[in-house]
Amino acid sequence: MAAHLKKRVYEEFTKVVQQQHEDLSTKKLRLTKPSKSAALHVDLCKATSPADALQYLLQFARKPVEVESVEGVVRILLEHYYKENDASVRLKIASLLGLLSKTAGFSPDCIMDDAINTLQNEKSHQVLAQLLDTLLVIGTKLPDNPSVRMRLVEVACKHLTDSSHGVRNKCLQLIGCLGPVEKGVAKEAESQAAKDVQKIIGDHFNDQDPRVRTAAIKAMLQLHERGLKLQQAIYSQACKLLADDYEQVRSAAVQLIWVLSQLYPESIVPIPSSNEEIRLVDDAFGKICHMVSDGSWVVRVQAAKLLGSMQQVSSHFLEQTLDKKLMSDLRRKRTAHERAKELYSSGEFSSGRKWGDDAPKEEIDTGAVNLIESGACGAFVHGLEDEMYEVRIAAVEALCMLAQSSPSFAEKCLDFLVDMFNDEIEEVRLQSIHTMRKISNNITLREDQLDTVLAVLEDSSRDIREALHELLCCTNVSTKEGIHLALVELLKNLTKYPTDRESIWKCLKFLGSRHPTLVLPLVPELLSTHPFFDTPEPDMDDPAYIAVLVLIFNAAKSCPTMPALFSDHTFRHYAYLRDSLSHLVPPLRLPGRKLVSSAVSPSITPHEDPSQQFLHQSLERVYSFQHLDPRGIQELLEFTIRDLQRLGELQSELAGMADFTATYLQCQLLLIKALQEKLWNVAAPLYLKQNALASAAAKQILEETYKMEFMYSGVESRQVVIIHHMRLQAKALQLIVTARTTRGVEPLFGMCEKFLQEVDSFQRCFISELPHMQGSFVDKLLDLMPRLVTSKPSEVVKILQATLRQSTFLHLPLPEQLHRATANIIEPTGESDNPLRFTSGLVVALDVDATLEHVQDPQGTVKVQVLYPDGQAQLIHPKPADFRNPGPGRHRLITQVYLSHTAWTEPCQIEVRLLLAYNSNRSKASTRVPKSTWSESLEALPPPENGIEGTIPFSKPVKVYIMPKPARR
Amino acid sequence: RRFPDFSYITQNGRLTDFLDCVIISHFHLDHCGALPYFSEMVGYDGPIYMTHPTKAICPILLEDYRKITVDKKGETNFFTSQMIKDCMKKVVAVHLHQTVQVDEELEIKAYYAGHVLGAAMFQIKVGCESVVYTGDYNMTPDRHLGAAWLDKCRPDLLITESTYATTIRDSKRCRERDFLKKVHETVERGGKVLIPVFALGRAQELCILLETFWERMNLKAPIYFSTGLTEKANHYYKLFITWTNQKIRKTFVQRNMFEFKHIKAFDRAFADNPGPMVVFATPGMLHAGQSLQIFRKWAGNEKNMVIMPGYCVQGTVGHKILSGQRKLEMEGRQILEVKMQVEYMSFSAHADAKGIMQLIRQAEPRNVLLVHGEAKKMEFLKQKIEQEFHVSCFMPANGETTTILTNPCIPVDISLGLLKRETAIGAAPDAKRPRLMHGTLLMKDNSFRLVSPEQALKELGLAEHQLRFTCRVHIQDPRKEHETVLRVYNHLKGVLKDYSVQHLPDGSITVESILIQATAHSEDQGTKVLLVSWTYQDEELGSYLTSLLKKGLPQGTP
Repeated sequence: MAAHLKKRVYEEFTKVVQQQHEDLSTKKLRLTKPSKSAALHVDLCKATSPADALQYLLQFARKPVEVESVEGVVRILLEHYYKENDASVRLKIASLLGLLSKTAGFSPDCIMDDAINTLQNEKSHQVLAQLLDTLLVIGTKLPDNPSVRMRLVEVACKHLTDSSHGVRNKCLQLIGCLGPVEKGVAKEAESQAAKDVQKIIGDHFNDQDPRVRTAAIKAMLQLHERGLKLQQAIYSQACKLLADDYEQVRSAAVQLIWVLSQLYPESIVPIPSSNEEIRLVDDAFGKICHMVSDGSWVVRVQAAKLLGSMQQVSSHFLEQTLDKKLMSDLRRKRTAHERAKELYSSGEFSSGRKWGDDAPKEEIDTGAVNLIESGACGAFVHGLEDEMYEVRIAAVEALCMLAQSSPSFAEKCLDFLVDMFNDEIEEVRLQSIHTMRKISNNITLREDQLDTVLAVLEDSSRDIREALHELLCCTNVSTKEGIHLALVELLKNLTKYPTDRESIWKCLKFLGSRHPTLVLPLVPELLSTHPFFDTPEPDMDDPAYIAVLVLIFNAAKSCPTMPALFSDHTFRHYAYLRDSLSHLVPPLRLPGRKLVSSAVSPSITPHEDPSQQFLHQSLERVYSFQHLDPRGIQELLEFTIRDLQRLGELQSELAGMADFTATYLQCQLLLIKALQEKLWNVAAPLYLKQNALASAAAKQILEETYKMEFMYSGVESRQVVIIHHMRLQAKALQLIVTARTTRGVEPLFGMCEKFLQEVDSFQRCFISELPHMQGSFVDKLLDLMPRLVTSKPSEVVKILQATLRQSTFLHLPLPEQLHRATANIIEPTGESDNPLRFTSGLVVALDVDATLEHVQDPQGTVKVQVLYPDGQAQLIHPKPADFRNPGPGRHRLITQVYLSHTAWTEPCQIEVRLLLAYNSNRSKASTRVPKSTWSESLEALPPPENGIEGTIPFSKPVKVYIMPKPARR
Repeated sequence: RRFPDFSYITQNGRLTDFLDCVIISHFHLDHCGALPYFSEMVGYDGPIYMTHPTKAICPILLEDYRKITVDKKGETNFFTSQMIKDCMKKVVAVHLHQTVQVDEELEIKAYYAGHVLGAAMFQIKVGCESVVYTGDYNMTPDRHLGAAWLDKCRPDLLITESTYATTIRDSKRCRERDFLKKVHETVERGGKVLIPVFALGRAQELCILLETFWERMNLKAPIYFSTGLTEKANHYYKLFITWTNQKIRKTFVQRNMFEFKHIKAFDRAFADNPGPMVVFATPGMLHAGQSLQIFRKWAGNEKNMVIMPGYCVQGTVGHKILSGQRKLEMEGRQILEVKMQVEYMSFSAHADAKGIMQLIRQAEPRNVLLVHGEAKKMEFLKQKIEQEFHVSCFMPANGETTTILTNPCIPVDISLGLLKRETAIGAAPDAKRPRLMHGTLLMKDNSFRLVSPEQALKELGLAEHQLRFTCRVHIQDPRKEHETVLRVYNHLKGVLKDYSVQHLPDGSITVESILIQATAHSEDQGTKVLLVSWTYQDEELGSYLTSLLKKGLPQGTP
């Protein structure tokens, strides 16, 4: 009996093994790491209930699967899939299949057949939908296999008749993503079920379920995105969908209509209920405009956004969008805008004090009034008055885009934009100010409009005021009263918010240079000169007076008759301001004076080519005279550096480039100086001095290379290599110096090791660039690498020393654009003599306001440093929200820094400065180096403390006078 | 007559028996002023529905109303404070979009209406027939309230107010800007601004407007609000944040906009303070009370300004100054010279013609009924509505009855077996299209059921009768009978591809269950008579077949 049992067990066992073998052979299972799939298999077999199995699957899904074992896992999952009765487990398996086929490097065509087969017998709708999703993933993973795609599309078409919306949804999604796009493919597959995907999708525009309708439209849009030209016939279908009951359908339909209007702008469509015909883009425009007053705000936002990009629309349709006929008791009324315009043109200022100056005028023919326009009428009027600010912002944006392309529309929409300056939500106000700025080339402000615009100058929000200043910089004003009004309001602003000083001056500078002829008649009044009497000389430090002068001097630049109106002190003030605020005051040709500006004039005249040439020539010179004697090279370098620095000062566009190269040359110069043979051969007692020089040079080179790498925007990988190379040289120098100064070999071992590691990592990172570095330090070093690795530190040092001296100087290729990151602290000004008093132990908030230029990712890199007199330094990370972005490449930091200290006996100055934090790890990641290699080499580098490796100061420090008082008891 | 004549509703008999419920759309007195009279004096004990803010604010206004009429004017036969309290006990508060089942059949649902805090539109629904009553509503958002909104509820009837049936208004922003500019200029000049308002509604809008403007522009001049009624009401405005507009809802986490920073309570003594100030004072038409007192104090200075934000009834001081009178005769033969500036600014919270049309477009009603407006203006709007939406529009006068035809749907229960059987036949289900079904409608104790004929027979205990239609069709065919039959058979086979057409050995043809036999005509051998016979279940196919045969056989076929 026992023997029999044993036999049976044995038999069974062998049987099982055999089956597995069969499996292996028939399905050609590639031998995989058995652990993963086998473990899963065992788990699933162990599972007694569906809940257990689900749990196992969930656990399994948490861990990633290696590429090699994906197929095996899929097989096992499929096996269980067929066995499983519980729908939820099957669902999970189906979703796992999708996840697995997403694995990078795995080609899912081998499992496609199985996945399709599973569809056949599936009853549960949810599982079906999930399986289709998996197929979608598989299909997207195989982008260049049309036959597979066709097959999948066919499968999807078959399931389009399913009764569950989820399944139909997925089918449509699949067809949208995988359906054939090229005509040829479609024809070839004519015999099969999938003929015309557009037709199939179009049929589901009338599905009973709104979700399916949405999916159908989305699929259509997907096809469009993939490059299929949609048929025009869809247009009428899509128009019907605009009246759908469900917002997501309407929202998608609006998009579809927009797409079609861009595809067939010029085709002609009939207007229903009349014999007329119009262009399709106009019709679509009208329809989308209609949707701006839809019941759902999601649709309204969508519609308003899309309106902006319909630039082919005819102008009279466009202008209708701003149209709204007012009436009161059936009599025509003029809008406030029309009244304002009329008052203006009749030369009368708006009294606004008459009751009933808006009294209705003529009777209206009742038949002629159209209360609900099917067309574009008043779309923007509605959009701008919407209750949701999202819609209003979208409408403003659309207005902006349309106005940019149509000057006449810009003129018309001005009134509405000006109205938006009074919106209750700041974002909307800001957006409309920006919009206005963007279209300001096309418009001239009327006085009443200017009045409204200027009223906003009193806004307490700094952003709004500054946006408005920017707007005024590029506005055209029509009259001298307008200029006067603007000046008065700006001065009012200045007294109310003195911190706006800079921005206001800048604004007046542009206002003056744009309207010299309008400023001219105002000059006597502005300078309060009198034909007979001398007037008192105004205070030169008064910001308001400076503001007036900025306006006048800038106007005088292109108006030579103006200086004749100046009084004596004005000329004196001019000279002073020209020096102190040279960026605001232009050079003037003053009568009886030599042109003050002649020395500086190159900075204004843009001779781009000569200076660029000069830059290149001087570089060339340096590179070509490599074999000069060391003295000569040194001198040449020194001259070139000086030249470049001067060039940078003169040519603001080339400043970045010039500084960058100058820094590089400086590094080279330092290196050469440090390596001078004379120094190295001196007697031992003189080592000390020489060592100090060399180690200082090495340190400085390191610093400079970090600056070069992180302070300039536009540095490409070609430059990064050179910089890293320079750094490597500096490190080598450091090693040599240390070797000469330290006694004993022990510490040297570690240093050599570290250095060699660095060389190694350099090679790994910049392997592609190495061919360009013939004869360089690293090139030679790599040749000697096998020897270096085995030799003693002292030998290494010797080799290094020799190589350093022999290596050639690498060319620094210049990128197209290079800008140096700069920061300027506007506030605190550092001029105050009144100490900031606060009780010790408590904190005081210091407002810091700075402009940053050419800083990439300021939120992550810019830090504020506070240095106390006791040497204590504090690093402050400003909040990301403290950075504003007023223009490309420019940032503004407005933040508060909290200071605190123990009590002092006297007030003393602290230093505030901005730092640029860098992290070589981060920058390297951005130069597309595989991270994994770097995480290893990272250990060799100084440990980064919370992502910051080091900091570079990049602004002038500002001194703040503070006084922590002892707390009173 | 002070109150509506409720006897119109029931000629005689109790109101409670006659009415299922009373709905109050919002707290304005022209919409709820007679409520205590109606419920306590006339006698109504049924439920009263209103929204939460209305329920909170309504008693304050009613009490104020009572105080003025009884205590000031000394009228009698008016409701008492206790009556207001008792009346409010009958009130059931509803939330927005909450469906309240009043009784088994009637259900009501509130929609947001703008206009004033807590104003609502109500959908009243019985079965699948529904009416939407709008009350007063506003389609343009203002500084404290959003816009009215209806979903596509497709009511059978939409009853809408039509106060501004013939007006299309300018953008609200222009008006607001004008208002703010005027106030700002006056305050900058050092003048005082008086704004006579009614305590609730517009007053809050203007307060928010000025408050935010002061905040934005960093202004320092004080703003005062005359105390009393407003303070209480303002408290409720703070509470019902969800009923306000997007801006207030979004920012109330930082600060409730109704917690005014710049607006303080007014004291009588403040009116004589030097320097600029803005004062909101009641009542709105300058006919009595605090606003008139302040007006008299300030009227003499041309630096000051009075802004009338609303309509003024003829004969009030407000109307006089608006129409340009500069010398006013006050009581006691005093002559008051008005030197201050007088401004008019309309802040109305009713939908204009465009707004009304927009609401109709949103709701897609089958009929529209206009109320709350002037007949002449309504006529215009009615014409427009009929023209644009192609729905019938009514504007009944007081006491007039309008009858509206509706197409009520009647729900019928269908047995699952029948449904499955019927859907299995024919093409795949296409849900958006109506579909023909065969079954028996059983109407039994107030319920409708659709069952299969067999089951109906069984349930009713009836025997089944067969009904057969027979029809003779004459065909000219000189051939023999069986040849004719063959021709007919081939013809039918060709035409009816989806049906089973059989040629039976006894010389007859069956198409499904329809029998066709051919005999020669007794007199004329050239004419064959086709006998077509079908049961009434196959009526459709049978009649099609006869019409097909009547057309004759195609010539060429053998």
